[in-house]
Amino acid sequence: MDNAVEKKLALSHFWVAFGAFALAAVMGLYQVIERSGFFGFLESREVYYASVSTHGVLMGFVLTTFFIMGFGYYVATSSLKLPVWNKTFAWTGFAVALLGVVLAALPLLGGAASVLYTFYPPMQGHPLLYIGATLLVVGSWFWCVSMIVMYMQWKKANPDQPVPLAMFATTANAILWLWTSAGVAIEVLFQLIPLALGWIDTIDPGLSRTLFAWTLHPIVYFWLIPTYTAFYCLVPKQAGGFLFSDEMARAAFIILVVFSLPIGFHHLYMDPGISHGWKILHAIGTFVVTLPTFITGFTVIASLEIAGRLNGGKGLFGWIASLPWSNPMVLAIILALLMLIFGGFGGLVNASYAMNAMVHNTAWVPGHFHLIFGGTTVIMYFGIAYYFWPVLSGKPLFSNAMAIKQLWTWFIGMSIMTTPWHILGLLGQPRRIDSVNYNNNLLTLSWEPYEAVMIFGGAILTYSAGLLIYNLYKTQISNESYQGEIEYAEPIHAVNDLPNYLNSFKIWNIVIAVFMLIAFGYPILQHFLMETFGSSRWGV
Amino acid sequence: MHIDQLERKWAGISLGIAGLFVVLILISALFHGINAPSHVETIDSARLHLSEEFAEDKLGPELNPDGSLTVRVVAGRYGFYPKTMTLPAETNITFRWVSLDVLHGVHIPMTNMSTMIVPGYVAEVNTVLHHTGDYPLLCNEYCGMGHAHMWANIKVVSKDQWLEMYNKGEANHG
Repeated sequence: MDNAVEKKLALSHFWVAFGAFALAAVMGLYQVIERSGFFGFLESREVYYASVSTHGVLMGFVLTTFFIMGFGYYVATSSLKLPVWNKTFAWTGFAVALLGVVLAALPLLGGAASVLYTFYPPMQGHPLLYIGATLLVVGSWFWCVSMIVMYMQWKKANPDQPVPLAMFATTANAILWLWTSAGVAIEVLFQLIPLALGWIDTIDPGLSRTLFAWTLHPIVYFWLIPTYTAFYCLVPKQAGGFLFSDEMARAAFIILVVFSLPIGFHHLYMDPGISHGWKILHAIGTFVVTLPTFITGFTVIASLEIAGRLNGGKGLFGWIASLPWSNPMVLAIILALLMLIFGGFGGLVNASYAMNAMVHNTAWVPGHFHLIFGGTTVIMYFGIAYYFWPVLSGKPLFSNAMAIKQLWTWFIGMSIMTTPWHILGLLGQPRRIDSVNYNNNLLTLSWEPYEAVMIFGGAILTYSAGLLIYNLYKTQISNESYQGEIEYAEPIHAVNDLPNYLNSFKIWNIVIAVFMLIAFGYPILQHFLMETFGSSRWGV
Repeated sequence: MHIDQLERKWAGISLGIAGLFVVLILISALFHGINAPSHVETIDSARLHLSEEFAEDKLGPELNPDGSLTVRVVAGRYGFYPKTMTLPAETNITFRWVSLDVLHGVHIPMTNMSTMIVPGYVAEVNTVLHHTGDYPLLCNEYCGMGHAHMWANIKVVSKDQWLEMYNKGEANHG
């Protein structure tokens, strides 16, 4: 099959993703230095908050969305062996999303939209921020439609056959994202844009927060699913083995999609506008959504063990040494799992309805999500990039040794940066401060050594980001040629008699609709039933 | 369909771990009353100065007939009002926080006093401060350029000492 257009499509998305990543990484280094307060001449809260807002939008929305779209297009075409459906449609989605990024970048870089990537109404940024963000989401909806159409095309041509796992996961993610993005879309279209353009004078920030919480949790699973897809479908093959269980993987993806949606109130545990009962309900759902991660940890490590033993590893732990540590994707998953253990532990603390009060909105929280998103999720994006780039560009990877070095430095930098960040949170440092101005000397003095260590972590991470971009760029401009295709892992047990509920999303969409109605129906409706007082717009 | 025995067992263990955490949370919430601040009470943030409860002279600690305290604080860019307060240790305290402008959050480090302060809502937190000493009270939600400058001071003293001060009218240095 000639899939030159598909390759170009995926590669274009990846370059936008990693271009955004490179810019945001440099901003991250500036931020960790600025906030330490050790370099007085650098201090500027205007620049700092413009940088934090841009860093968040680029890492959280641009890197992820474009990476996920590019990855999805190529997984669809290579796993289903189908051309991408309606390529003009796909390119239109790319263009719309890219236009959105450019429009949002203008006020962000100019310091006119320093409301951070979570918007925080009733503070008000430049209208272009909201319009740009909306276009980015609309562009990603094109991708969702493409994925669902291709999934249906394949199912129609192959009735009663199990959909290839990688595509099953990708379709699950497209469906998840359509459900997920609805919350923030309602907030932006009915509250933020009308307020920014002066069509309405006040909004109810409690309602905004409820709608944002709808999106805020499942969005992290939208980011995570390509990582888990690589865990299950790419890594076992790269490690020289097989997938331990295809069926459990499907079950894990379904639980992720269904249960990541109705649990967003664990971001609002400390909010006055939601009563105990709703918070506890969402807390219980939050623990249900740990199950697919527990299962993934087991299945993926079992798959690695199969590979290690096939490579000649013996004994209880000997198989670990026999894994191909010099394969970027295998190294990426080993480091990703290490960070998942610690990040997951922190996540359990955050999710705990009562314990959350000790860490809420402290430095612990950015420490946590840098470890679990910037660490676990994104290091696998790197592993995927090293594997996909030669296939997509038709050129061999510039340097495998550099890739290995890059992954190690990312892991080391992330560990050095996030460990003190967590400790700062436990020592009471609030998140999102540009400098320390509290006159409580003992407490703030105790923060300083941790601030200093974080700078080293940030510097190592920036160096690592540079290695990644350099390697991908040198690969791209190489004169040599490379022929290869993406290879998917086979399960050790062939998939027979797959029940329909593990091969279709119809029933699950109904379950999600019911769960969402239960979880968010009344909490949204209450804002129209009780007397609320709107807030007018405020600058930053 | 093939599910390995080991995988079945592990799924059971995972369910057990998650279940244990849920049970612990439910016990602490339902039997020990450990709950997040969730009062669902609305207020007009634009008219706080005219309200019965949050007018300037009503802010700070107030001793209730049952010996507990109600502490009313207004958060606004960029400060908490009153700016300094002295509070008693080992006393049931109900904090009532309101914002006069944008979103804020507040916590007292090393205690479980933490809440978001959303404009339009009263954030109510019930807690007991166990240790005497000086504490900062910090804004922990981005509220604009001066976010890092938004803080106040709290001094926690013994109950007896506090009552003495309160009766002299010194507990609130607003």
